[in-house]
Amino acid sequence: MSSDPRDFAAHEAALLDERRFDDWLALFTEDGHYWVPLLGAAQADPFSHNSLAYEDRLLLQLRVDRLKSPRAHSQHPPSHSQHVLQPSRIEEETNDAVHLRTPFLYIEARGESQILLTGTARHHLVRTPTGWAIRQKRIDLLNAARALPAIQLFI
Amino acid sequence: MTSYRHHPDRIAALVQDDRVHRDLYLSEEIFALEQEHLFANTWVYLGHASQVPEPGDFVAQEIAGRPLLMVRQPDGAVHVLYNRCAHKGTQLVTDECGNTGRFFRCPYHAWTYKLDGAPLGVPLKNGYEGTQLKACESGQGLSVVRHVKVYRDFVFVRLAGTGPSFEDYFGEVLGAIDNMVDRSPEDKLTVGGGVLRNIVHCNWKMYLENINDTVHPMSTHESATKAAEALWEGHAPSDPKPMAMEQILPFGSGYEFFDKMGGRVFANGHSVLGVNFSIHSNYAQLPEYEAAMRAAHGEERATEILQRSPQNSVFYPSLSVKGSPQAIRVIRPLAANRTLVEAWSFRAAGAPALLFERALSYNRLVFSPMSVVAHDDVHLFESIQQGLRAGGNEWVSLHRNFDVAELGQSTLTTNGTNELLMRNQFRAWAKSMLAGMEAAA
Repeated sequence: MSSDPRDFAAHEAALLDERRFDDWLALFTEDGHYWVPLLGAAQADPFSHNSLAYEDRLLLQLRVDRLKSPRAHSQHPPSHSQHVLQPSRIEEETNDAVHLRTPFLYIEARGESQILLTGTARHHLVRTPTGWAIRQKRIDLLNAARALPAIQLFI
Repeated sequence: MTSYRHHPDRIAALVQDDRVHRDLYLSEEIFALEQEHLFANTWVYLGHASQVPEPGDFVAQEIAGRPLLMVRQPDGAVHVLYNRCAHKGTQLVTDECGNTGRFFRCPYHAWTYKLDGAPLGVPLKNGYEGTQLKACESGQGLSVVRHVKVYRDFVFVRLAGTGPSFEDYFGEVLGAIDNMVDRSPEDKLTVGGGVLRNIVHCNWKMYLENINDTVHPMSTHESATKAAEALWEGHAPSDPKPMAMEQILPFGSGYEFFDKMGGRVFANGHSVLGVNFSIHSNYAQLPEYEAAMRAAHGEERATEILQRSPQNSVFYPSLSVKGSPQAIRVIRPLAANRTLVEAWSFRAAGAPALLFERALSYNRLVFSPMSVVAHDDVHLFESIQQGLRAGGNEWVSLHRNFDVAELGQSTLTTNGTNELLMRNQFRAWAKSMLAGMEAAA
């Protein structure tokens, strides 16, 4: 992977779309979080208002492990995702951290149906000896608070 | 498919003592009749009064296909109006909530109404002189829902002009709302943290049945609970669990656990699952909160409130309550094969922030469209909706622990895995569907 942080979001999304969930999870720092606020971009924090997802590594690991289970009924047939990303922009940068902003379309397909979500992914990345790592991946959906069908994988 | 309109006998035949017919879930005609009859004849949950704290605050919400407005009045009362201008039918508001100020003003022709729906003014007033406007419905302001009950801030409506009173309809199950509100040392709950909204492609009754189903967790939720158990392996039972683990692990409990938790059914389809204990019973103790509860309610009553922790309490046909962890689900049917499920969280006044955090966490983990637990439920509901179309067997079995002695009983306490809780829902379904229908047929 390139050391230019602007290439990170595309790399990360490709791991998800290839269902390489273990490799994806390894991108997170130990205190890393994955957050999909219920108010989208308007939400200040994950505590005063609820979220569609707010998960630490323990919960993300649970999700990844669950997806491997043959008894994950909702994965018969399995879901597949496609992230369509606009180029990432750097919102903020210091020596060892960077904030990226990446507008996206996300399609999740399963059997005969597919769902389309759109919004902006915001990555808070920190530099580590092995490359960039995710301290937080925040997904601001355009329509986060509306009624949604099941979203099975990772936006 | 059979025609049901004007045939109450055919509707009644869908519900047998120990099984129900698939048309209950599949028939669009049955769904239309439910909208007209069942959801009009029953007391349906509309919203919580804390959603409209100030005069002029409104929440727009459809019940059984009818657009309604819950509105806070200048005197503090909560009224429910039909969201339909008396003139041409325009919806007065199309935002889901907001504040209308001191009156409603129709965006189409600027007819105005007081907050209680009374007519205030119309433009070109002279044009109505000598007409019959004042004498007809259109001149009398907004139609109001007459049968509204605000019970400890939970707002219910009965759309039909006649029917059981609120107290007669719900009876003892109201204790579940009492328990949830009493968990506030100040006797006050407010909605907090927004609402998680799910579209599930199944019939609403299937969703409501599952709220009373204790035999599915072991098999349905195996993928999530086994992953959680593997991650938590090696920890001593006394180790403090992260909140997510505390909430997810009990889903993996065995049949014996769910059987022993016990259940109780009430007249009109209501039930309490987990009268003895539940998956919520072993959340970490909070000494300061318990002290505040004892100070507010007295030693004995505080213990009683906190020890009562049912799995689910069903207020048939629209509401499911979890006193601990202060969460409710609202079931809003959209079509025979499509249901909107909302999960709301509450803040209990006078309780520590951790209680609210539990409500948010539980709803997020279990009832979010991105839930780690519900994906398998939703998949199976949608699978049932398809599977029922198969030929060969048109019936859904509700035989488990059926006993003829249960027929005609209104309140019964039973083992937790008894399908009586579901049979009770369908007996009530037939009763509320058919009320007033036979005479007309």
